[in-house]
Amino acid sequence: MIAIFHNYGSLLLQGFGQTLLCSIIALVFSLIIGSMFAIFETTPIKFLRVIARIYIEVFRNIPLLVITMFFFVVIPMFVAKINGFTAGTIGLTIYTSAFIAETVRSGINSVDPGQMEGARANGLSWWQSMRYIVLPQAFRYVIPPLGNQFINLVKNSSVLAFVAGFDLMYQGNVIASDSLNTMSTYICIGILYLIITLPLSYWMRYLEKKLA
Amino acid sequence: MKDFINAYSWINIHYLLQGLWITVAVSVVSILGSYVLGSILGIIRYVNIKIVSPIVGLFIDIIRNLPLLLIIFFTYFGLPNLGFRPSSVWATILAMTVFESTMIAEIVRSGIAAVDPGQMEGARANGLSYGQAMYHIVLPQAMKKMIPALVSQFISLIKDTSLATIIVLPDLMHNAQIVYGQNSTYILPMFLMIAIMYFIVCYALSLLSRSLDRRMS
Repeated sequence: MIAIFHNYGSLLLQGFGQTLLCSIIALVFSLIIGSMFAIFETTPIKFLRVIARIYIEVFRNIPLLVITMFFFVVIPMFVAKINGFTAGTIGLTIYTSAFIAETVRSGINSVDPGQMEGARANGLSWWQSMRYIVLPQAFRYVIPPLGNQFINLVKNSSVLAFVAGFDLMYQGNVIASDSLNTMSTYICIGILYLIITLPLSYWMRYLEKKLA
Repeated sequence: MKDFINAYSWINIHYLLQGLWITVAVSVVSILGSYVLGSILGIIRYVNIKIVSPIVGLFIDIIRNLPLLLIIFFTYFGLPNLGFRPSSVWATILAMTVFESTMIAEIVRSGIAAVDPGQMEGARANGLSYGQAMYHIVLPQAMKKMIPALVSQFISLIKDTSLATIIVLPDLMHNAQIVYGQNSTYILPMFLMIAIMYFIVCYALSLLSRSLDRRMS
């Protein structure tokens, strides 16, 4: 195992960086898209609610791999050539945003409706009440579940291995077939994933306890 | 349009349905195994047995925080280093059972923890042993709270089965790749078809979980 770290250090580090980079990009975009659809779902406008519902239900119920492969295989045929890293990150963003939308929506719903009514009665517009009164309170509730979504995102980023995204999992396979020591290679890769996910998961559990 | 008609010939659809059958069968076997194993792990973690529970807890935390794909690779390519060589079907079932049971262990643990401790105390005060109180009083109530989470775990397991394509499990995703590998005009129709098939299975399950949830509460 130490030999793996020693001989393939730069490959492992590169994969680790790609995994982290892709997870962070996907997190930022899926937070934006997810919050947007969550707000759509709670608007009084029926059309937006229907759009949001369809988006969430469709992408929550299709495997991430199908979405990612769609961007890797189908999109280059009709639109533009994109590399594996981009295809994987887009797939991850779309898939995760559906889950984040669901999380943020339940956060918005857990805020007492009296807050919205009170804000509206004080003369704020619907959007202002959402932006300044409801969302800040909702985000406090959803921090632990969002953290868990980020952990899932880091784990799911391993689908980049399918589309040659040069992430940790991909480099793991390269190293495994080069060193022929599959067992220790996968244990090393596991340790590197745990370095990101394990502290986050303990932190989120601590936050959950603190907020409860 | 002609591509779609050709792509959806009966022989292709039949082949996809065979893949769907493998997907569902592998998922059902894995989920049954992980319900059993997960409940045991969850209860051990909840009841706090000295030495055993912390070890089980650490095991759960480690497996839960690894990508499923890594665990699949480990079982299929790593275990042969130890002389154990499972077929792709059994490697998938083994990997997913271990991974999902740690997920379910967490659901079971938090489900039990969500039951009012007064229930346990009342049952013990009425003369039931700890095991009896757990089995007859606490677990049935915890079960009710856990059903939505358990079903959504099953849904994610069905979706995750597609990852086993990489170790050549002949599932829906894999069979679709075989079909569109023969003719590049089939690519788009195949992607749409498998998306629809996965969606129907998973959405039906999520509707079921919602109706169960409503009936319970």
